[in-house]
Amino acid sequence: MMALTKDEVQKIAHLARLALTDEEVAEYQHQISDILDYVAMLSELDLADLPPTAHAVGHLVAQQNVMRADIVAPSLPMDEVLHNAPQHAQNQFQIQTVLDDS
Amino acid sequence: MGVQEAMTGPSVLFFFVNAMDLTTLTLTELRDALWAGQVTSVVATEAMLDRIVAVDNEVKSYLTVTDDLALEQAAAADKRLAAGERTPLLGVPVAVKDMFCTRGVATTAGSKILEGFVPPYNAFVVDKLAEAGAVLLGKTNTDEFAMGSSTETSAYFATHNPWDLERVPGGSSGGSAAAVAGRMAYAAFGTDTGGSVRQPASFCNIVGLRPTYGRMSRWGVVAYASSLDQVGVFGRTVADVTAMFQATAGFDPRDSTSLNVPVPNYEAALTGDIRGLRVGVPKEYFIEGLDGEVETAVRAAINQLADLGADIREISLPHSRYALPIYYLIATAEASTNLARYDGVRYGPRVAGADVIDSVQKTRALFGAETKKRIMLGTYALSTGYYDEYYGKALQGRTLIINDFNKAFADVDVIAGPVSPTTAFKLGEKVNDSLALFLADIFTLPLNLSASCGLSVPCGFDGRGLPIGLQLIGNTLQEATILNAAFAYEQATEWHLRQPVIGG
Repeated sequence: MMALTKDEVQKIAHLARLALTDEEVAEYQHQISDILDYVAMLSELDLADLPPTAHAVGHLVAQQNVMRADIVAPSLPMDEVLHNAPQHAQNQFQIQTVLDDS
Repeated sequence: MGVQEAMTGPSVLFFFVNAMDLTTLTLTELRDALWAGQVTSVVATEAMLDRIVAVDNEVKSYLTVTDDLALEQAAAADKRLAAGERTPLLGVPVAVKDMFCTRGVATTAGSKILEGFVPPYNAFVVDKLAEAGAVLLGKTNTDEFAMGSSTETSAYFATHNPWDLERVPGGSSGGSAAAVAGRMAYAAFGTDTGGSVRQPASFCNIVGLRPTYGRMSRWGVVAYASSLDQVGVFGRTVADVTAMFQATAGFDPRDSTSLNVPVPNYEAALTGDIRGLRVGVPKEYFIEGLDGEVETAVRAAINQLADLGADIREISLPHSRYALPIYYLIATAEASTNLARYDGVRYGPRVAGADVIDSVQKTRALFGAETKKRIMLGTYALSTGYYDEYYGKALQGRTLIINDFNKAFADVDVIAGPVSPTTAFKLGEKVNDSLALFLADIFTLPLNLSASCGLSVPCGFDGRGLPIGLQLIGNTLQEATILNAAFAYEQATEWHLRQPVIGG
């Protein structure tokens, strides 16, 4: 029914920041199209005037912003925070240059 | 002390407990033995570690076994026991799915993208376990980021069902379910986003509870789909699950969706009396595709509830067939945003590319096939031009599912039905077909959309000797009701006493 093109799959992959191989693009083209066909059954439903539910907790307790008290508390030690980073320097996470400094 | 008392006192029992295989005890039996001084936590922990060495090369339920840490914690628990402390779970060895952050212990979520990640803190519920004095045996296998129903999408290896090593244990919490069923832990944590605790519990002949959304803190639990994820508990009996749940449920100010409502005494609610309990049987849960042997066992279990005094009535959850597409869109949309954080900057490996964006894209290629597919689908469903058609419709459809449950719970206390349409399937059978895999969850995922609670309790076996589970669903925060109904059923039956012979 509805088939995604290779370009569409590449576009989604770019939005999701995923590097895909050509084989993966072909595979996802079919698989995602199949799933979209399946979920199209939702168009059978009469959804007019029906409110959306993004978070089911809303029918348990009043949905409201949850704020913590504004109190200074200790944070994790810097070395533990940086311990898992692939690269760090000067107490910061290190990434490649974003802006050209020329 | 009289002669007779001395003969039946602790020393005689101590000999008795030591002479038996400690792994056959249930959690509550072990707790009683620990409290009575008949056994030490170190001895029980060693028995579990020995059992893991003996059978887990076949079952493959653990990703990481924390032997040294476990024995340290057991020794500390023994000191507390010797000093007279009698807290719940004190000295009891348990397992935790590898979706929970554990301070100083590798946490992978079953993914290569978190290989080598060692969290600097514990998940809230892991801290609760530590406070209760439980012993951590290790981290159990999971589908990558809990995305699956068979534990085969784990980037490390597949877990095997202790009842038949050629079959899956269910998933995504299949490692925890297989560990408890294989007597390699007295209880375990899983997570349940669409059935990932109840379905593996049913495949492995143990009890699995998915509590109400917000009842247990998700802080420090790796996120898959945040509006659906909830911590769940596995045990070999209802009482075991209740003990673990009692000790770890409750409000956590660091989880903004955690419910700030008192935790009742669940253990006291296990009376076994269900006379007058109104049990609804949804006709939409007995449909084509439901295996005949599963239906027979589940119907027999419902008759058993009637024999115990429950008032059985047929009900309708009319939008059930739409729950799967709704779930599919919501879960993948939430996953696509949650998993955006894996960029190789703060944790996990980094695959270097030509520039920052190239590095991020190459690093994220470390995700497995199923995870990538779900990220792609979710990204599509949320993208400009498609949001209303997919994600927006799913959110409206979710309201219909919630309305179905609200209507049903106006007339009944508990909803009963099958957990999964089939018993455990073979490894490799559905691994490349995510729609077929999702069908394993059609009876479990509706309640995740509505935030209510549910459990699976053993209710029979098929002709191949594979376990079948009965699902009991309760309204929000009605865990005591479903636990007691399961307890009543369990006391009247012997399914939960059957144990697998691994490799036999």
